[in-house]
Amino acid sequence: MPEKTHNCRDGKLNLLWLQSGGCGGCTLSLLCAESPDLVTALESAGINLLWHPSLSEASAVEFQDILERVIKGEIPLDLLCLEGSVVTGPQGTGKFHILAGTGKPMMDWIRALSAVARHVIAVGTCATYGGITAAGDNPSEATGLQYDGHSKGGFLGEDFIAGSGMPVINIAGCPTHPNWVTETLAQIALGGFTETEMDELGRPRSYADHLVHYGCPRNEYYEYKASAEEPSDLGCMMENMGCLGTQAHADCNTRLWNGEGSCLRGGYACVNCTAPGFEEPGHAFAETPKVAGIPVGLPTDMPKAWFVALASLSKAATPRRLKENAVADHIVVQLDTRTKESK
Amino acid sequence: MSRRIVGPFNRVEGDLEVHLDIGDGVVEDAWVVSPLYRGFEQILHGKNPGDALVYTPRICGICSVSQSVATAAALADAQNIDMPLNGELAINLILANENIADHLTHFYLFFMPDFARDIYRNEPWYEQITLRFKAVTGTAVKQALPARSDWLHIMGILAGKWPHSLAIQPGGSSRAIEGQEQARILSIIYAFRTFLEDVLFGDSLENILSIASAAELDNWLEKQAPDHSDFERFLNVSRGLKLEKLGRASDLFMSYGVYRQAEGNLFKRGVWHHGEQPFEPENISEDLSHSWMKHGNTPRHPYEGITVPDPDARDGYTWCKAPRLDGAVVEVGALARQVVDGSPLIRDLVQQSGGNVCNRVIARLLEIASVVDAMSQWAHMLRPRDAFCHQVKMPDEAQGCGLTEAARGSLGHWVRIKKGRILNYQIIAPTTWNFSPRDQNGVSGALEQALVGAPVRDGEKDPVAVQHIVRSFDPCMVCTVH
Repeated sequence: MPEKTHNCRDGKLNLLWLQSGGCGGCTLSLLCAESPDLVTALESAGINLLWHPSLSEASAVEFQDILERVIKGEIPLDLLCLEGSVVTGPQGTGKFHILAGTGKPMMDWIRALSAVARHVIAVGTCATYGGITAAGDNPSEATGLQYDGHSKGGFLGEDFIAGSGMPVINIAGCPTHPNWVTETLAQIALGGFTETEMDELGRPRSYADHLVHYGCPRNEYYEYKASAEEPSDLGCMMENMGCLGTQAHADCNTRLWNGEGSCLRGGYACVNCTAPGFEEPGHAFAETPKVAGIPVGLPTDMPKAWFVALASLSKAATPRRLKENAVADHIVVQLDTRTKESK
Repeated sequence: MSRRIVGPFNRVEGDLEVHLDIGDGVVEDAWVVSPLYRGFEQILHGKNPGDALVYTPRICGICSVSQSVATAAALADAQNIDMPLNGELAINLILANENIADHLTHFYLFFMPDFARDIYRNEPWYEQITLRFKAVTGTAVKQALPARSDWLHIMGILAGKWPHSLAIQPGGSSRAIEGQEQARILSIIYAFRTFLEDVLFGDSLENILSIASAAELDNWLEKQAPDHSDFERFLNVSRGLKLEKLGRASDLFMSYGVYRQAEGNLFKRGVWHHGEQPFEPENISEDLSHSWMKHGNTPRHPYEGITVPDPDARDGYTWCKAPRLDGAVVEVGALARQVVDGSPLIRDLVQQSGGNVCNRVIARLLEIASVVDAMSQWAHMLRPRDAFCHQVKMPDEAQGCGLTEAARGSLGHWVRIKKGRILNYQIIAPTTWNFSPRDQNGVSGALEQALVGAPVRDGEKDPVAVQHIVRSFDPCMVCTVH
């Protein structure tokens, strides 16, 4: 059988996937890729899985051999994906993650491999910005590959440029949606992924140019400020429940999760997991901080006075249907089906 | 005798290293090293109690829901709140959805590919198994991945997304579903059942669940056409390699019990050691004598547990603590759950050959069949438009304990709350039990015991038998040390 044609500009691309200070959730999410499945998606993009911790056969010595040969330049490394933060503690020694079987801190392996990779891709908010691993007092001294929270720099430094001439590509998310990863990799393989495809924080604009708010099925409640008060209520979760969907950069409500889900569709707040620092919001995750009854975090590019004026107007005009449904766990007042003429 | 360091093990969740003393073609002693520390228990200190629902699922991407369920249960215990029936059913369905997806992932992606290794090229089954289970390229991969993704659509409906959902609350579920969604859940379960019957078992779930002894399992296997189902393929490989002789640990099994139902848990709580034994959660303690942790001399109950990492701790060789039940080493997981619950087949298998590689895999597959069956019943019992969630305020001073079962075994959270903040949060995960280091009496953990006696072939660098034993526990290293 002749070799199939792949959607890849430069023949086959080698992908090496490593995990460090994270939970493996971005991989587990990635395995949910659909239409096509993950293995077919990689095949289609002409991506050769050099090694992946959940999928590959090679273990222990066989794996160490791959790493050594990549670092020596015997195997070209086109795509280096890191999932999980870079763990630098305690006191900068990296001893909180010694890569098994090697006696060497994982951070040293990451540095050596980044130096020979054509593209370096941080997968998930831990690898991009530090994420959940960096919460609290950051006990493991975790950092992202090229960001430490909001500040550029991180483990590889502000000036790091991969072989391709590009900085680290930050596929942020906790976890990442499978398509954010497969489509970014496929775009790279096609040769169409340049810095113009990345936002200010290094995230692919394919999903970071959107807000979680877009396509939220609770939009009508939002418009009339008909708000949920408790878990399982149907109303908008911005006023009381800590929802950051109007500020969060991601397309979760237009590109759904696990078939037909999203956080907001699941009845709980968006915690803005694609953003640096999401792990320490400065208030309880499920409560909206307020000053004089007005939520502190409002949509980012809307003048505050406008928002407050509009909100009080729309609140005054809230139909009974939305007011009552907002604090119920199923529709208690149905849509009016009569037309104006028949009223 | 020679000392060998093996790692990293892939196709386990997280990073793992094993030190082996090898003499005369067998493993004589073993030390299990968990090489990654992140510090979730430190991160949780001082947090708002409800925030634990955001942090703990992110301990682990494969046991994410189990972590949420344990947190919600610990907070519910502290708040003294119960769930409406719909809440319990929804949480059961969400947890079962994850646990069964994990069993499937383990079998197809993590465990079976090792039999397609070159070292087995002279085995009569090699060609067939390689075609089917070879890592990445085997025909099973492209069948199992879509089956798994479709299956996890239940998460999309009931939990918003997976992993890392906030739908699981102390008082129930944040997602109240409608009748149409109930119908969809039932159709997803039906479709998955079809995959199980056509591909995994090659027989109806009823027939699989009616196998009541080791002898009946042998009869079932004899009647199967060759190369007919993945269960049959596994059993034949297992017979050929005598996997029932590999990886025996202490044979002391524990299960916290799981899937709450009005008439009691679907799988009951208890301890089994050649018979039913009493189980007192108060007798759980963690020993730090061989961990990279600052420690006092006496093991502590998790309510009093302390987590202060110290890479230079004397005698330390892993970040993992050593949990013990009444001072004893226990094994947890699907095998433990099923033997404690009283599955006739599993009790018979354990009576004949104890806990081992073969029986651990059979128990996992059997559990897929029984849980999927129960899920249909729970989905039928949902009553759309009745309540899914209760809500009460968290007291400023309280403590609570949440015990549940993840795919890979018993998971416990213990939380103490003072002045409205988390004073102490301690977690003992399934693989903390199974892959614990030695304790102050020098007694090895379950995997360390299970590895002793494993055969090492001439010239083998990373003994394949060791890999089978390690993976038979379906370890989750990111949970183990959190």
